[in-house]
Amino acid sequence: MSAKPKFAMYWAASCGGCEIAVLNTHEKILDVDANFDVVFWPVAMDAKYQDVEAMEDKSILLTLWNGGIRTEENEHLAHLLRKKSQILVAFGSCATEGCVPGLANLCSVEEIFDVAYHTVSTDNPQGIHPQPVVKVPEGEITIPALKPVLKTLAQVVDVDYYMPGCPPESHQIAAVIDLVIAVLQGKAQLPPKGSVIGAGNSTVCDECPRARNVKHITAFHRIQEVAPLDPNLCILEQGVPCNGPATRSGCHARCPSVGAQCIGCYGPAEGVLDYGARLVTAFASVVDAKEPAEIEAILDGIPDPTGQFYRFNLADSLLRASTKAWKK
Amino acid sequence: MSENFEPVIVGFTCNWCSYRAADTAGTARVKYAPNVRLIRLMCSGRLDPTFVMKALAGGADGVLITGCHPGDCHYIEQNYKALRRFLLLRRTLKGFGIEPERIKLVWASAAEGMKLAHEINSFVEEVRRLGPLSWPKWAAEDAEHQQLEVAA
Amino acid sequence: MRNENLHFAFKILTFLEETMTQRITIDPITRLEGHGKIDIFLDDKGDVANSYFQIPELRGFERFCVGRPVEEMPLLTNRICGVCPEAHHMAAAKAADAVYHVDPPRTAKLLRELLYMGFYATDHTTHFYALGGPDFIVGPDAPVAERNILGVIHKVGLEIGGKVIQMRKYGHTTVEIIGGRKVHPATSIPGGITKILSEEERKQIEDMGRWAIDFALFSLQAFKDIVLANKTYLDLIVGDVYTHHTYYMGLVDANNKVNFYDGKVRVVDPDGKEFCKYEPKDYLEHIAEHVEPWTYLKFPYLKQVGWKGFTDGKDSGVYMATPLSRLNAADGMATPRAQEAYEELFATLGGKPVHQRLAIHWARLVELLYAAEHWVELATDPEITSPHVHNVPTETPTEGVGIVEAPRGTLTHHYVTDERGLLKKVNLIVGTTNNYAPIQMSTNKAARSLIHGGKATEGLLNMVEMAFRAYDPCFGCATHSLPGQMPLEIKIHDKSGQVVDVLKQFVE
Repeated sequence: MSAKPKFAMYWAASCGGCEIAVLNTHEKILDVDANFDVVFWPVAMDAKYQDVEAMEDKSILLTLWNGGIRTEENEHLAHLLRKKSQILVAFGSCATEGCVPGLANLCSVEEIFDVAYHTVSTDNPQGIHPQPVVKVPEGEITIPALKPVLKTLAQVVDVDYYMPGCPPESHQIAAVIDLVIAVLQGKAQLPPKGSVIGAGNSTVCDECPRARNVKHITAFHRIQEVAPLDPNLCILEQGVPCNGPATRSGCHARCPSVGAQCIGCYGPAEGVLDYGARLVTAFASVVDAKEPAEIEAILDGIPDPTGQFYRFNLADSLLRASTKAWKK
Repeated sequence: MSENFEPVIVGFTCNWCSYRAADTAGTARVKYAPNVRLIRLMCSGRLDPTFVMKALAGGADGVLITGCHPGDCHYIEQNYKALRRFLLLRRTLKGFGIEPERIKLVWASAAEGMKLAHEINSFVEEVRRLGPLSWPKWAAEDAEHQQLEVAA
Repeated sequence: MRNENLHFAFKILTFLEETMTQRITIDPITRLEGHGKIDIFLDDKGDVANSYFQIPELRGFERFCVGRPVEEMPLLTNRICGVCPEAHHMAAAKAADAVYHVDPPRTAKLLRELLYMGFYATDHTTHFYALGGPDFIVGPDAPVAERNILGVIHKVGLEIGGKVIQMRKYGHTTVEIIGGRKVHPATSIPGGITKILSEEERKQIEDMGRWAIDFALFSLQAFKDIVLANKTYLDLIVGDVYTHHTYYMGLVDANNKVNFYDGKVRVVDPDGKEFCKYEPKDYLEHIAEHVEPWTYLKFPYLKQVGWKGFTDGKDSGVYMATPLSRLNAADGMATPRAQEAYEELFATLGGKPVHQRLAIHWARLVELLYAAEHWVELATDPEITSPHVHNVPTETPTEGVGIVEAPRGTLTHHYVTDERGLLKKVNLIVGTTNNYAPIQMSTNKAARSLIHGGKATEGLLNMVEMAFRAYDPCFGCATHSLPGQMPLEIKIHDKSGQVVDVLKQFVE
C-alpha cells in the first residue's frame, strides 16, 4: 500500500477545460504523481464510484472538483466526495460560480428539453423527450434527471477552498501544486479555510497593460463595429463593454492583451457580494448623460445586460436564477 | 394576485430631500400605505444595486428609491448616478423575469410630503396588481438540503 | 486485494454458467466527455439480446444561448468542450460571419486557420500517444499495467514522453499567441480577428511548426515500425469485429482535398462513391437527428437515406465522421508528405474506402502530418503579419451556418438572430455526436461477438473498450494515463438481479 497521501479530481457538469489546464502544467503533473497517490480521476485512470464508496471517510487528502451541479448524479457525487475527502476544492468557474452552463438558470429545464429535442434538424414527430427511467424490450435503463436549477458546489456541500477561472490559468495551477507540496513537506501553511486560492486580490484592470483615464462614455459599441481597437487604451473607455472592473485578477489580463474584452471568467473580485450588481454600478458610473432619454439611448448599446453582467456568475448571484427556472 | 396580498416594499430614501419629505407627510398627518420599509441613505447616489438584489432575494415584492430632484443633490451630482444605475439595473433585472414596474425611482424635495405619499400609494397598488414575487430562499433551502444528506 | 476479487470472480463466473446472467452494466465509462454507461442485456441462452450506450448529461447550450449577442458565440461555445474549444470557436466565428454576411480579410482567415493547425497537432498527438497508441505500441495482449503512456515509453524510448509534452506545449503556445489563451481562445469576432501577429511571434510559430513536421514524421515511422510490421496488430486492424460499412463524411477544399477549417461537406457511400457534397448553408437538406428516450444525446443520420435503426450498409442513413472518414471522403491531402502517407495507408489496407475502425488511429497520424505541414505554410505566408485583420460588417444580421472539422468529426453551428444580432435560434451538431450511432453499433457488435452463454470473458473488457475508443469520444484526452487504462467495470447480475460480482479492468 502506498504511503503517499491520496488525491482525487472529479468533473461534474463541466467541459473538460479544467482537466486540460491541469495537464498544461506539463512537467508539474509528475510532481503530483510523485507526491500523491491518485486514487480517483475518471478522465485519466481506473476509478469507479464503487471504489470511492468503499474508501474510508476522510481518506482522500485532497480532492479537486470541477463542474457545476446539474443532475442528480452530480449531486450524489458531491456528497460522496465531501465525505471521503479532507480538503475539497471548488476548482474552476463551474464549481465556484456555475460558469456558462449556469446561464441555463435563465430558463426552465422544460424549455431546454423543448429546444434540444425539437431543433430544426431534429426529426422527432412523436415529441420524445429523454426520461430518467425507460422501459426497453429487455428491461429498464436509467439516466440521471436534471435538477430544476444548476447549483455551485458550495451550495450543495461544505467547500474548503475556491480556485476561480474558466479555466484557472496553468501558471496559477502550478503555483497551487507547489504550495500543496510545500505544505506536505512542512514548509508552508495552508491558507484559512474558505480562501480563494490561485488568484489575485485585485481586479483584472490592475493587471491590464492598457492606459486608463476618467471615462465619459457617450456610446457603447459591439466589438465588431469598431475592431480592431486601439491596443494601448482601456477597452471600456473605447465604448466596448469589458468586465475587468469587477473581475478578480490572476489571469494577467490575457484577453484584453489580445484585443478582446474581459468576459469575467475569473469571477468576482475580493469583497464583491454580487458580481453583476457591481458591474451595473461600474458601467452606469461612466455613462456621460443626465437626461433619462439620453441615458436610455446609451444603454441601448448593451443589448443583453443580464448576459453581459452575469455570464459566468449567474448561479452564484444573489438572485441565482430567473423566475422562468423556478416559478410554477 | 391574491385579494389579501400585502406587498412588502423596501424603500431607500436619501437623507436630505426624500427622507424629510416622508417626515413632512407624517407631520401633516398625510396617510400613506404602511407597506414600505424605509431605509435611510445619506444620498441616493449611495444606492448600490446590490441592495436592490438583496431586498428582492430576501422577499421584497418591490423596491422604491427616492432622491433629490436633478440639480438639487446635496452632494451635487450623485443623484444622476442613481438615475443611471436605476435604469441599467431595471434592464438587467428584466432578464431575471422581474418586471421593471417593481422598481421605482422618485424625486422628491423635503417639502413634497404629499407628492411622496401619493407616489408611495400608487406604487403599492402597482405592486399589488403584479402580485407577490416570492423569491426562493435559496440559502435556507441549501442548508436544509445539506442537513438532510448529513443525516442520511 | 483486487487480485483476490478477480480470482473469486472467475469462480463465480463458472458457477454462473448454470444460473444464466441476464444483464451486464458497465458504469461509468470514462475517457468520454462527461459520463457514459453501457447496459448489456442477455437472452435465455446467455447471448447478447441488445446493448445500450447511454449519455447521461445535458447542459442546454441550444436554449441558453438564445438572447445572447452573436459575437459572444465564439466565446460561449468554447465552453461546450475544453478539449476542443478551438473547434467550436472557429465554427462559431464562421457562423457569425455568415449571420452578418461579412467576409473577413484574408489575414484573419490565415490567422484563424494557423491557430487551428496548432490545435489539431496537439489534439491528435495527445490522442494517439495516450489513448490509441498504447493498444498498438504495447499491444492489446500486453499486461494491463503496460497499456498506457508509460508502457509506450518503455517500448519506444524515454525520449518519446518528452517529445509528446513538447508537441503539446508548442501547439498550445501557438493557440495562446493568436487566441490569447491556451484553453478557450478569445480573438475571433464577426468579420475577422482582434489580434495582429508580430514578426517575432510569426517566427516563433514557424519554428515550432517545423519541429512539428519532424515529430509527425517520427510518429508515422513509429507506427510503421511497431504496428504495421507486426502481423498480430495488422490482423487486429483489418479484423471484422471492428468493421462497419457506413457512409463517410468530411470537409474538402475546391480540389476535394482534406481541409479542417473550410470548404464543402462531402459524403461518400460505403463503396466510396460520392453521395452528396454540400455547402454549410444547405446542411438541413442532408442531415437530420433521431431521438431515443434512453439517452440525452441525439443520433444524426443522412436525411436522404433515412433512419433505419442501428444498422450499417448503403440503405442505412448512419454515417461516420472521424479522421478515417475524412480520408475516405476526400481525394487526397493538400500537402506533399501527408499525401504520401495517405497513399501508403490506402495501399496497405487494400484501397478506398477503409471500413476497419482501428485504422482511424493511423488516419489520425496522417492528419497530424498535414496539420504540421499546413502550419508552416500558413506561418510563412507573406500576409500573415498584415494589420488588416478585420472587416466591419455593414449588413443587417439574419442567419448563418458555420462548419469546420473538429478532430472527432464535422462540427456544425447554425444561428438565427434578430436585426440586432441577438440569437433567436441555435442548432449545434457536434463532432462526436455524428458518431453516436456508429459507437452504439460498434459496442453492440463487440459485445455480441464476445459474450456467449452468459460468460463475460476478461478479453471482453479490453475489446469493448477498443470498440468505442477508436472513435476517440470527445474527451479521450488522457495524457496522464498512469496506471491508466480505461477503467471499465462490469457488474454481473444473477437471475434475481443481485450483483454477484464485479470485474474490474485494472490491477493494483
